[in-house]
Amino acid sequence: MSQNLLELTGVHTHIGAYHILHGVDFVVPEGEVTMLLGRNGAGKTTTLRTIMGLWQASAGDLRFKGRSLKGQATPDIATQGIAYVPESMGIFTDLTVKENMVLAARAARNASELDTQRLEWIFGLFPALKKFWLYPAGKLSGGQKQMLAVARAICEPRALILIDEPSKGLAPSIINNLIAAFKELKRQKTTILLVEQNFMMAKALGDWVAVMDNGRVVHRGAMAELAEDEAMQQRLLGLSLGTHQ
Amino acid sequence: MSATTAIATPTAAAAAVPKAQFDWRPLALLVGLMGLALPAIGTPSTWLTLTVAGLAMGLIIFVIASGLTLVFGLMDVLNFGHGVFIALGAFMATTVMGGMTGWAGESTALQLTSVFTAMVVAMVVAGAVGWAFERVIVRPVYGLHLKQILITMGGMIVGEEIIKVIWGPQQIALPLPSSLTGSWLLGEASIEKYRVMAAGIGLLVFAALAFTLNRTKVGLLIRAGVQDREMVESLGYRIRRLFVGVFVAGSALAGLGGVMWGLYQQNVTPQIGGQVNVLIFIVIIIGGLGSTLGCFVGALLVGLMANYTGFLAPKVALFSNIGLMVAILLWRPQGLYPVTNR
Repeated sequence: MSQNLLELTGVHTHIGAYHILHGVDFVVPEGEVTMLLGRNGAGKTTTLRTIMGLWQASAGDLRFKGRSLKGQATPDIATQGIAYVPESMGIFTDLTVKENMVLAARAARNASELDTQRLEWIFGLFPALKKFWLYPAGKLSGGQKQMLAVARAICEPRALILIDEPSKGLAPSIINNLIAAFKELKRQKTTILLVEQNFMMAKALGDWVAVMDNGRVVHRGAMAELAEDEAMQQRLLGLSLGTHQ
Repeated sequence: MSATTAIATPTAAAAAVPKAQFDWRPLALLVGLMGLALPAIGTPSTWLTLTVAGLAMGLIIFVIASGLTLVFGLMDVLNFGHGVFIALGAFMATTVMGGMTGWAGESTALQLTSVFTAMVVAMVVAGAVGWAFERVIVRPVYGLHLKQILITMGGMIVGEEIIKVIWGPQQIALPLPSSLTGSWLLGEASIEKYRVMAAGIGLLVFAALAFTLNRTKVGLLIRAGVQDREMVESLGYRIRRLFVGVFVAGSALAGLGGVMWGLYQQNVTPQIGGQVNVLIFIVIIIGGLGSTLGCFVGALLVGLMANYTGFLAPKVALFSNIGLMVAILLWRPQGLYPVTNR
């Protein structure tokens, strides 16, 4: 097993009066894809937002490359090399695709300063972005917006990418396109923490899995192990994932 | 084709992509208002005089309101104290120009120097006070709209009282220098020199803002932050720092607008900020909260409407802009150019 890039130990998060995370423990090994699964309301999104500092952990520790993220502001966490693709995608709809990408590339002042080789690689993964390069992002389809959201996260090399339910609401053909893109990222040893409800995607991409329930991690292990054990799926997720696409 | 070329220009495939249409209807409304006013006023020369006056007034209001709309758009901060920067700018002008009157004499160049010096000093002072205002008054109430309204209004009252302590409670004259008084005759139409200058400065500010917002990375960050500040932070940018910069720039522009408004009225009172506050809130609501282009069009509409109705039906002039706001919100409840994601 690779070295752990991210470690969460006993993380608690409160949102106002609500206690959402009740001591979350899991690790994200470097260069591999870790799936975060669980029922709706289990605390998956809150976990990603807590890692990004969008909500602060009230107890426990989050260590990235051995350094604690606790108490750090979101921009400081992002500049350490963590990219975040929220469930809402966070696309700047009034800006063009090009402008969205320029913003994501912190070092670039304008489009001419984008890494052209990397951009061509991204266009290879998501050809629609090249076609709609000068088009307002708000006019893109849902699938194209999701591609843009992922493209923003990879337009510069990042140590860790957090992605929240990228397949949500998308057509199967678009999901296959995303899976192909994530497999390419995986082939390049990109570390990904992926929240996903679509088991086909989880099975195709995941090396490791953490299953959450009621704000806690109730299972940690290899994805392949969970994929093959229907009884465990029933126990942890309340359904057989083989029938849940 | 090299990669750079492919990125900088639309490819052949992109040429097939339908272009996003610019929304011309608010601009058409502006032209329509001017067009409707012509037969109502009757005389083309009077119409031209009123139109130039309206555009100049609108551009002054735009200078004042542009900062406020960005402050609201970027951080959801309702700053009802914006008027204090207008008053501060106007009173700084009385001090600076009053002190330079003897030095400027009758020389046009020196008189213009005194006006521009007053503008620069007003911007610097209003910007500096804006920085302190953000730190002391606005920062503790981020995200708390009701408290923002109360504390920023309180801030304005305190600011007005401080102005009274420094400059006195009475009205102070702010006469235009002789080189800016009088008019140019365009046929039978009389075009006031100062209004042309004010319109020129307003257009310059609009051009500078448009350039900054559309051609620079800082502008890109502001436009993105107006839509989704959390995502901007997630990309690694400190939006609070950006917000402080916008707040200071907005305060400085209000200071500049205060000088222009004071010279437009040719007198200054400590309540000047409160008086203009109503107009600028109408403008930013009409334009669409957070939208600079909307603020620009909205300000011109308000300026024109005030001048046309002031001539045609002085008794309804006071309410004309409220009526305009109601009509526009019935047509576009989010304003002329709504910012999406808000």
